[in-house]
Amino acid sequence: MHGFGLLSVLIWLPILAGLVVLALGERSIVLGRWVALAAALATFLISIPAYTGFDTGIVGLQFTEKLSWIPSLNAFYSVGVDGISLPLVLLTTFMTIPVIIAGWTVIAQRPAQYFAAFLIMEGLMVGVFCAADALLFYFFWEAMLIPMFLIIGIWGGPRRVYATIKFFLYTFLGSVLMLAALIYMYVKGHDYSIAALQALPLTLIEQRWIFVAFLLAFAVKVPMWPVHTWLPDAHVEAPTGGSVILAAIMLKMGGYGFLRFSLPVTPDASRELVMLIIALSLIAVVYIGFVAMVQQDMKKLIAYSSIAHMGFVTLGTFGLYAVVAATGSLNGAVLGVDGAMVQMVSHGLVSGALFLCVGVLYDRMHSREIASYGGVVNVMPYFAALMVFFGMANSGLPGTSGFVGEFMVILASFKASFWYSFLAATTLILGAAYTLWMIKRVVFGPVANSHVAELTDLNGREFLVLGVLAAAVLLLGVYPAPLLNIMEVSVHHLVQQAVHSKLPL
Amino acid sequence: MPDTTLTWASVAPASGEIFLTFAICAVLLIDVFAGEKRRGLTPTLTLIALAATAALMVGQAQVSSRVVLFDRLYVADPLSCLLKLAALLFVAIALMYSRSYMSQRGTSRGEYYVLALTALLGIFVLASANSLLTVYIGVELLALSVYAMVAFDRDNGIAAEAAMKYFVLGAIASGMLLYGMSIIYGITGTLGLDELAVRLGATHGAGAILGLTFIVVAVAFKLGAVPFHMWLPDVYEGAPTNVTQFIATAPKLAYFALALRLLTHGLTGTEQQWSQMLAVLAVLTLVLGNVVAIAQSNLKRMLAYSAISNVGFILLGFVTGTQAGYGAALFYTLVYVLATIGTFGVILLRTQKGFEADRLDDYKGLYSRDPLLAVVMMAMMFSTAGVPPFVGFWAKLSILQQLWVTGHIWLVIIAAVVSVVGAFYYLRIVKLMYFDQPADGQPLPEWQPGVRLAVGVNGLAVLVLGILPGPLLALCGRLLS
Repeated sequence: MHGFGLLSVLIWLPILAGLVVLALGERSIVLGRWVALAAALATFLISIPAYTGFDTGIVGLQFTEKLSWIPSLNAFYSVGVDGISLPLVLLTTFMTIPVIIAGWTVIAQRPAQYFAAFLIMEGLMVGVFCAADALLFYFFWEAMLIPMFLIIGIWGGPRRVYATIKFFLYTFLGSVLMLAALIYMYVKGHDYSIAALQALPLTLIEQRWIFVAFLLAFAVKVPMWPVHTWLPDAHVEAPTGGSVILAAIMLKMGGYGFLRFSLPVTPDASRELVMLIIALSLIAVVYIGFVAMVQQDMKKLIAYSSIAHMGFVTLGTFGLYAVVAATGSLNGAVLGVDGAMVQMVSHGLVSGALFLCVGVLYDRMHSREIASYGGVVNVMPYFAALMVFFGMANSGLPGTSGFVGEFMVILASFKASFWYSFLAATTLILGAAYTLWMIKRVVFGPVANSHVAELTDLNGREFLVLGVLAAAVLLLGVYPAPLLNIMEVSVHHLVQQAVHSKLPL
Repeated sequence: MPDTTLTWASVAPASGEIFLTFAICAVLLIDVFAGEKRRGLTPTLTLIALAATAALMVGQAQVSSRVVLFDRLYVADPLSCLLKLAALLFVAIALMYSRSYMSQRGTSRGEYYVLALTALLGIFVLASANSLLTVYIGVELLALSVYAMVAFDRDNGIAAEAAMKYFVLGAIASGMLLYGMSIIYGITGTLGLDELAVRLGATHGAGAILGLTFIVVAVAFKLGAVPFHMWLPDVYEGAPTNVTQFIATAPKLAYFALALRLLTHGLTGTEQQWSQMLAVLAVLTLVLGNVVAIAQSNLKRMLAYSAISNVGFILLGFVTGTQAGYGAALFYTLVYVLATIGTFGVILLRTQKGFEADRLDDYKGLYSRDPLLAVVMMAMMFSTAGVPPFVGFWAKLSILQQLWVTGHIWLVIIAAVVSVVGAFYYLRIVKLMYFDQPADGQPLPEWQPGVRLAVGVNGLAVLVLGILPGPLLALCGRLLS
């Protein structure tokens, strides 16, 4: 049991640091900022041993810890990571740093609470990915809503109250039904550990109900069409950091939930209802792609683009049943799930970076309207280069991380059906169309107005943040092997679990 | 044959009640003789009396045994001990808040404390009742004291109206209770709950069901379950805020005990019938309480509907008909009362003479005015909405779990969905405090270190119990197993 307590440190260090920043208060914000940055950096550095020490040959959780939590409910404080959760943990600890740096001086109102909220969020999000006990998972999953509710509500735009209450209630409704399903399974098996839930025998009818409950919880988070409407509102109104965390991490929780709960716990219901999910995913990819094209607001456009990209995640995840049914082998299915995972990590980096780009512009011009801009490249050449790069990654240009995931998912879905891959591949056109058209209108062309002419290029802080993200996107695009290696064994195991029927023969 | 010899050993388990009775007389007399000049004496004496009662009860605590006293009228068991100690604590906290509220308004009089102690005695009697007679005495002792407390500020017309409504409707409910008890007594020939449980076995005629119906109505009235909830919003809104806090907290424990002693102990033979009645009441209560709360613009009235909706959850615990379900209901009640006393604590700290802080708009921008109050209020709201990491989440979880165990699938779904509806109006309070700018003309809060500390500790308790709910959950489960 090497690295004892490592994951607990990753969960609780940021939360404690958040409380310290909160206690320091607004008066000592200079110190508070540095404490926040130090905590975020330290958390990221501490998460690196989890990567280097991770044994890629082992199925199951590593770095596990298990303490008695609530004996009367047989619930444990039990954490651990496998190849599916580790990349998302790393993504979380990594993405918090740019959020802290990006908010360094631009948050004028209650900055200490801003930093504290993001640190507490970080701890809770890591907790979600590490929890090996369903009750602990739910505890973190729900607790996370509170800081996000406050982040959007306090530092958001003009319609922030509407957006944040909508966000909270949507996710809360999905979650309570998931809780009901979890309790049902506990009553049946007297064990809240996720492994036990995965092994719990369930009839097809039970599985259907539980699947629907999970679907509501995770589909809202992903978000899938038609329960996606909270996301554009939340993104538009949220402050830059909030949008980044929302797009980069919180959406991934839906995809993670599907992988961790829906597939292994209700494999037969998943197989039965797979057409529904594939249809919803393709609608997200195609229809939402068109919706993204007509947006006037940059953040809204990226928000819709997120929904379309997350459609790939659900397509790759649930497509595995279609692939197995069509080919009879697990290899194509593994490819699809691998693609979904890569897509999650890549989308986390790319959409986060794009929201940061919009934030850079918004801090200078206080407008997110595409029409307010034009010819930014003339005054902000460095910024323009980076934004164009992230735009390319968003449209899936080979050499960037965006390409890898999309390509794998399309390839896998091709094995299931030509039409799935045909529809999925339209994203290569649609994604390029809406992203590059936005880039064209914002970045290129003649300088549109006097406000644009007065723009100043990136300062060192902004350049550092975007540069690091660009390097990560490029690295993952040309050399995704480290990520795939980590996932390999776990994804294989997951696919086996997913196709293994729980019904008596 | 009843044992008629009176020895110390035979009354020792009731020493809390006995001491409290003497203390009430002493406080009343001393208050009269102390006169106007020594205003501060009565509250201090009251708190000392409460502390002494608590000490006596802890000394006599029946940790594991069930002792029946006074010709089987009175029972001392671990459950009653917990309920009494909790009620004592909540009454003490409520009186602490009352002190400054009343002295600001010049309505501070010794009788208030005497009434509060009498109400506490009523709670004690109810918690330990083992006969229909003791139950009724407890109910009336509590109710009559509380009616008078609501009307305590005699120049306040709204409060007088609320007290009148409360009294008239409460008297009807008491009538219902007595009527049901008399029918049950007529059929079984006994008032003792233990004998009732034996004699009213699985076979019983329509007469027993008739009597049961009246008793269920009375219990529903006392708890404030729909459609017997009409008094509750008016009383919560009309009563002075310190009295609302009192009504909203310790008596809930007593009425939990009322339902527990009467239905699950005495009338256990009719469990199938009352659990169906309670299921209907619970659904109505959950839906109406949560939906109507959304439309309120007065905070105290909103909290009244919130109380109604929470009673729906407590009733769901009884619907299960299992000891574990009652344990969940006990946990829910304790947790709800803990959050409620903090909520009203925040309101009381916010009030000043001439500013009652009972409109929702009075909480706009509270965070920038007074961060501590806003943080505590937020914790209370999220706790009552059932969001982790606050303790209210575990209360809802235990109720849902027990409903699953007993196979009430539709009740689980209804309870889950209405709690989302409920989340909306709790979120609205957070929204007002955190997202809105403070309105002009609100007075700055006064600095009351002692009470502020109490509010802070209360908020911390809701968080700590939320992160580590194990011991309290286990205790509630054990007391009812």
